[in-house]
Amino acid sequence: MSVLIFVENWDGKFKKLSFELVSYGAKLAEMLKTEIVVLSVGKVENTELEKLGKYGAVRIISAVNDKINVFDGQAYSAIIAGFAALEDAKIVLLSNNTTGKAIAPRLSVKLKAGLGSGVSKLPLSTSPFTVFKKVYSGNAFSNLIIKSDVKILTLAQNSSEVIETENKGVVTTVPIEWNPETVKTRVNEVQKQTGKILLTDAEIVVSGGRGMKSADNWGPMVELAELLGAATACSRPVSDEGWRPHEEHTGQTGKIIAPNLYIAIGISGATQHLAGVSSSKYIVAINTDKDAPIFAAAQYGIIGDASKVLPKLVEAVKDIKGK
Amino acid sequence: MSNVPDTTTKVKFIDDFTKLDTAGIQWVINPWDELSLTRALELKDDPSSGIQTVTVAHVGLISAEPTIRKALAIGADDAIRINAEPADAYFVAAQLANVLKSEPYDLILCGIESSDFNGSTVGGMLAEFLEYPSVSSVSSVKIENGQIIITREIDGGKEIVTVPTPVVAIVQKGIAKEPRIAAMRGIMMARTKPLKVVEPVAVEPLTEVQRYEMPKPRAVCKFVDPENPKQLIELLQNEAKII
Repeated sequence: MSVLIFVENWDGKFKKLSFELVSYGAKLAEMLKTEIVVLSVGKVENTELEKLGKYGAVRIISAVNDKINVFDGQAYSAIIAGFAALEDAKIVLLSNNTTGKAIAPRLSVKLKAGLGSGVSKLPLSTSPFTVFKKVYSGNAFSNLIIKSDVKILTLAQNSSEVIETENKGVVTTVPIEWNPETVKTRVNEVQKQTGKILLTDAEIVVSGGRGMKSADNWGPMVELAELLGAATACSRPVSDEGWRPHEEHTGQTGKIIAPNLYIAIGISGATQHLAGVSSSKYIVAINTDKDAPIFAAAQYGIIGDASKVLPKLVEAVKDIKGK
Repeated sequence: MSNVPDTTTKVKFIDDFTKLDTAGIQWVINPWDELSLTRALELKDDPSSGIQTVTVAHVGLISAEPTIRKALAIGADDAIRINAEPADAYFVAAQLANVLKSEPYDLILCGIESSDFNGSTVGGMLAEFLEYPSVSSVSSVKIENGQIIITREIDGGKEIVTVPTPVVAIVQKGIAKEPRIAAMRGIMMARTKPLKVVEPVAVEPLTEVQRYEMPKPRAVCKFVDPENPKQLIELLQNEAKII
C-alpha cells in the first residue's frame, strides 16, 4: 500500500507546486500510515530528483525513455496507471494544474478510482474517505466521499504549505516503453512567453479592471507589479476590450488563481470575477465605489480612483523597498 | 453539456446542507459548454470543415429539457438526453460513453468544467471510456483539409497540435468569443428538432456529496486613506506579512 504522487517537470526542473504536492502527500501518507512514492516521467537529473526527498519523498521513481517528446494525456495516464498497480497505490496524487486535469480523469476510469479534484486541505476523514472541495465556483464547498478502494486526488495550487524535512529520498531510474507510433498527439508548433511570471504560479498578482479606463493607463500598474515581483492580471471587460491580453483574464471563464495576495484595482468584483480569485489568501481592493462587492471579499481597501491612487502606491513601495 | 444554475445565483442549501435549494434558480447551459456549442456551429458554418451535424448530449432528468431546447434554438441539429439524475462525474461520463460507442462522432467538445461541481473531469473520463485521445486546455479548434488542428494552453505559452479523429477536445477560454444567442427563428425551429431520450445503463458512482458548506465570511475590510497608500503597504508588510 502506498500514496503515489505524480510530479511534472518543466524542462527537467521542478517548482514550488511540485514541493507543495510532495509535502501534502507526506502528510496524507502519515494520516494513512503508509509511505509515499514519487513518480517523475521524462528526463530529470538526479540532483533535481533528490530535491523531492527533502519534502518527504522516500522513494523517487524516475521513469525515462529518450523518445518522450510530447505530453499526451492518454500515454501519460497509461504510464501512471502502470506504476499505481505496481506500487499498490491506494491514492494517486496529482496537481490540479493543466497537466493534472488532463491526466486525473483518464486515470480515474483506468483504475476505477473515484476522483476528488482541486482539494485544498487534507481529507476530513479517512473512513469514509471524505475530501473538502470547492463547488459552485467558490460560492460553496462540498464534503465529498470517495467510495472506491483506490482514490485519486488533485491538489489545488498554492493551497498547501511546503514543508522541509530531514528526509533523504532514494532515486530509482526505470526505463519505460514509449512508442511514438501509437502516441496520438503531434506538436506542430510551440509559442512560449519568456521572462514573465506565470499568473498561475505567482504569489502576488496585481490586477486591473474597467476602472483603469483605457489601454493607456497601465504603466503604473505594471510598474507596481514589477516592484512587488507580481504577475499582472485583468478582469474580463479589460481583455474583451483588448486593453490587456486574454492570457491575463482571471475569473470564472478565465484563469482561476490562488495567490497569497491579489490586488484588484478598478475591479467591482462581480460574482464571475470573484469565482476566479476567491481562493486568494489576501485581497486588496482599490475602487471608487464604496459599495462595490469587491470590498466584501477584501481584507484591505482604498476608496479612490486608480489613476490617483496607483502612482502614490508605486512611490510607497519604492520607499519601503529602498530602505 | 451540463445544466447549471445561472452563474450569478447565490446558492443556498436545504435538508441540513445536503441538497441545493432549487427554488427560484434560473437554469442555463454551462458557460464553457455554451462556448463549445458556439465553436461547433462556427465550424459547421464553413462547408470546408466537412461537419454535417452538431449534436448536444446531456445526462439529466426531464427538468433539463428547457436548457436542451435552448441549445437546439442556438443551432444544434439534434439532442440526446440520457434520462438519469447525474450522480457523479464518473456516472455521467459512463452514460455518455455508452451512447457514443454506438453512435460515433468525429469531434467531441467538452467544457473544461461545469460551474456547479467544478470537477474538470467528465471530458477526460469520457475519452478514457471510449479509448479516444483527448486534448485538454484547448483554446482553439480548426479544421484544415480534414485535419483537426488544436491549440492548447501550456504553462507560459501555447502548443499547436494535431490529433487524429475521433478525439475529445476539452475546451476553455478563447474557443469562441461570445456565446451564440438564439434568434426567434431558432426558437421556433427548436420545438421540432429531434430530442432523443435514452434510458441509462447501470453504473455505480464512485463519489457522493455528503454535505455542503458555505464559505466562511472574510474579515471585515480595513480601509486605508487614499491620500496615504503607504499605510496599506505597511499593513501588508507588518500585519498580513505577505510582502
